[in-house]
Amino acid sequence: MIKEISAETLRKDFPIFERTIRGKKLVYLDNAATSQKPIQVISKIEEFYKMHNANIHRSVHLLSYEATVEYEEAHKKVARFINANSWQEIIFVRNATEGINLIAYSLGLNRLKEGDEIIIAISEHHSNLVPWQFVARKTGAKLKYIDINDDYTLSIDNYKKLLTERTKIVSVGHASNITGIINPVKEIVSLAKEVGAITIVDGAQGLPHLKVDVQDIGCDFYVGTGHKMCGPTGIGFVYGKKEILEEMEPFLYGGDMIDTVTTEGSTWNELPWKFEAGTANIAGGIGLGAAVDYLSSIGMENVEKIEREITAYALERLSSIKGIKLFTPNKVEGRLGVFSFVVDGVHPHDVAYILDREGVAIRSGHHCAQPLLNRIGADSGTARISTYIYNTKEDIDIAVEAIEKVKSVFKV
Amino acid sequence: MDDIYLEHILDHFKSPRNYGILEDANYVYEGGNPTCGDMVKFFVKVSDGKIEDIRFIGKGCAISQASASILTELVKGKDLEFVKNMTKEQLLDELGIELSPTRLKCALLSIETLKIALFGELS
Repeated sequence: MIKEISAETLRKDFPIFERTIRGKKLVYLDNAATSQKPIQVISKIEEFYKMHNANIHRSVHLLSYEATVEYEEAHKKVARFINANSWQEIIFVRNATEGINLIAYSLGLNRLKEGDEIIIAISEHHSNLVPWQFVARKTGAKLKYIDINDDYTLSIDNYKKLLTERTKIVSVGHASNITGIINPVKEIVSLAKEVGAITIVDGAQGLPHLKVDVQDIGCDFYVGTGHKMCGPTGIGFVYGKKEILEEMEPFLYGGDMIDTVTTEGSTWNELPWKFEAGTANIAGGIGLGAAVDYLSSIGMENVEKIEREITAYALERLSSIKGIKLFTPNKVEGRLGVFSFVVDGVHPHDVAYILDREGVAIRSGHHCAQPLLNRIGADSGTARISTYIYNTKEDIDIAVEAIEKVKSVFKV
Repeated sequence: MDDIYLEHILDHFKSPRNYGILEDANYVYEGGNPTCGDMVKFFVKVSDGKIEDIRFIGKGCAISQASASILTELVKGKDLEFVKNMTKEQLLDELGIELSPTRLKCALLSIETLKIALFGELS
């Protein structure tokens, strides 16, 4: 009989939970910043360096062949994971930020002109905001922000008002790293298509937690990052529709991305290599492939189920704490296990500091989403608890107890 | 290091001394730690080489704000020379808590900002 998949069983795959924090149990609740890594991913990277390490696409020797096959296979794994049409539509980059920049530079700068408009949401992470401010400044295009409703969901009414024939790019996050709200990306994309805009989904917060089908969403681009989904840092990807990628100029120029080079000029390599200049993060790419394998072995439906349970429990426990304000919808559906909060009379850094003394790792600050924090009245930042597949009810209990300790230390 | 939120730190955080804006200040400077969002702004009235009055406004963690409050009490009425020669260690001694490297910058924001306010640079 197959053992039932639960946070308790998955937890055993993550060696970091064998350590303690100043003698206390490690309660890791900073998953929206980065996830922990399972032994399956760690071992795969170790195996690559021990057994197959070589540069790809360059040499005829066996090691290089093995490295090339594994690295290309990782692209295929990502393609299957998000249901891309072809693995050539998967470009490996350093992270989601670099992914958005690739699109902003190669497509945004070349296609947009004065009078054009870009639409993003007020809830964007800076990664999907600052690159568009740059494109707007360089091209004379206008950047518009979709507002949120009182329940923190994206205002589709407001979005419809912003959409015009001038809209050339719509780029939205799959989920908010502050409120945990999952955006209705399929609807957003479909409305954007009506005006012929290019559509981009920043999946940094969505992909680790949700079953993603880029063909179902219908977006032109989907950007992901490995380190928030059990993979190593320094590796992410851009999914782009082949016909659009083929028309785009390269992002970075140099080795491996060329077909022929003469003193007069160069022609570009085929997809996806046209966009992967220089020696790639080969071990990182293979590690990302292992992370995709790991999540696939659990099944994203199970990931969603496990996370829904812990989200429901965390919401119930955190809502019952007196003297804290939660910036999150009071419901379990349509959201991730992300809980931004402030303890009345205590600065978020002091909250995070005291929690750390109890072994509880959380994030405090502006979470790289200042416009949203200003919008929801949390200008001084928030503390943030964010869960993942290995978080148990005991983790939440310890965190809640630690928040009570914050209140008693500060006598609030 | 386990207990940095001592009674006097929390007292200065909750009831900061010399808090507010000084209209006739002749030295004003705002400093901040952009990564964590701590901010303090000093208003200093100097006459005859003496700090006649000082106030501050700010927002941030308990350590950064208590440190600013304690610093104003420390320097009020003193010669400029006193502030110029004041070391980080002196301020930390006044705070009376042991800080990890990550929290040290919270505590030192006040003295660094005040020195820039008065002398234009760290001394």
